[in-house]
Amino acid sequence: MNHVRTIARRELRAYFATPVAYVFIVIFVALSGVFTFYLGNFFEREQADLTPFFGFHPWLHLVLAPAVSMRLWAEERQSGSVELLMTLPIAPWQAVLGKFLAAWCFIAVALALTFPTWITVNYLGDPDNGVILAAYCGSVLMAGAYLAIGACISAACRSQVVAFVTTVVVCFGFLLAGFPLVLDAFAGWAPDVLVDTIASLGFLTHFNAISKGVLDARDILYFLLVIAAFLYANAIVLDLGRGN
Amino acid sequence: MIRAESLSKHYGAIRAVDGISFTIEPGEIVGLLGPNGAGKTTTMRMCAGYLAPTSGSVQVHGFDLLTETIAACKTFGYLPEGAPLWGEMTPRAFLDFIADVRELQGDRRAQRIGEVTGLLQLESVLDQRIETLSKGFRRRVGLAQAILHDPPVLLLDEPTDGLDPNQKHEVRELIRGMSSDKIVVISTHILEEVEAVCSRAIIIAAGRIVADDSPAALAAQSDSNRLDRVFRRITTGESRAGAGGELS
Repeated sequence: MNHVRTIARRELRAYFATPVAYVFIVIFVALSGVFTFYLGNFFEREQADLTPFFGFHPWLHLVLAPAVSMRLWAEERQSGSVELLMTLPIAPWQAVLGKFLAAWCFIAVALALTFPTWITVNYLGDPDNGVILAAYCGSVLMAGAYLAIGACISAACRSQVVAFVTTVVVCFGFLLAGFPLVLDAFAGWAPDVLVDTIASLGFLTHFNAISKGVLDARDILYFLLVIAAFLYANAIVLDLGRGN
Repeated sequence: MIRAESLSKHYGAIRAVDGISFTIEPGEIVGLLGPNGAGKTTTMRMCAGYLAPTSGSVQVHGFDLLTETIAACKTFGYLPEGAPLWGEMTPRAFLDFIADVRELQGDRRAQRIGEVTGLLQLESVLDQRIETLSKGFRRRVGLAQAILHDPPVLLLDEPTDGLDPNQKHEVRELIRGMSSDKIVVISTHILEEVEAVCSRAIIIAAGRIVADDSPAALAAQSDSNRLDRVFRRITTGESRAGAGGELS
């Protein structure tokens, strides 16, 4: 675990070594505010909760999480430093986990900096803070799933732009897996079991359940499993790279 | 000891490395020579465990690179081709990171970091971002990383590329000075470097070993006692008859 921490610390510092990190955080916080107060009609609803705030998170993360994950491996492959990393006495899973945790921490920091919204709603009314805390947990978990998908795709790409676009598309598929847009492509020819399985894979379904304050172990487990599966795939992609 | 057995790396129909075998004993400084594209870097990458061979195996210090990768990686320091580094780090942070990964602790850690920064004259740039450094400094940061944990085996892919003549001299002195009981493998196409530091030269052409002898013995194969003549003859196939019995 020491190596995981070493890798994660280096990656996290790499994020903050350039202005990109600060630009990202400012955009993240600003956009979440814009969405909540203008598009979400926070004041007009006259309800002391953060439903409009969290309602936009699946879409906010959809664009911003791939921007965080795209550099994880593609940048190293581009610059060649992946050769240095992979010849140090570090197991591939340690590098994969370390990088992922750094990206996840980074998003968590950005998310934590939206706390003024929480303060605002507490100042204006008497919201159920348990629900808000659960929704924050759900948001972090969903961002983690996006990042794991993005890390895996980044490992397969040499170009960060390709990694970003591909990740957005794949994440979009996962986000809407329970909706007709995706399901209609399978209904009719695929067996019902498969369609039901795909329907149950939707991020939105699981996130909405958590953000209503229902911390069901199955929803949490779902996101953790998605993260684990894609990190495992990430290690496999790296290993395949050794063959070429 | 490094032992490579019928090491091959094929990319589709291209045989980048085609059945290379060698054994390197402690105390040897080996120059891996060859024209560009001969398979030097591919060989180095397989020895460092970055590439998996299509067939054959490499052992470093008795550890197989494919099955005991971590144990093998601990025994060597490696400078990849072009000395890739993380540009946003400073040499100080970078060496700290490497020291963490190499599990150097306490006094020895501080002592080794001090030693390599002194040895490679990095004091003046320790707090400057690596991406702003000159090519020569970057190469030296890469070298510092490779020797930080004082490994028994050093694999250096073109260690003096981009250095000025004085720096080249210093790096060669460094390599010569550390090798009484170590293995050093440098890949290069600078023949004078091989003559200056290596006790053994392995010449590779088109993925195969075409000569394996001491630089002096190789040079003696030419009438004028010049390594470059022999190198050209062996690697281009000009009048092969005179190239010695190492052709396979």
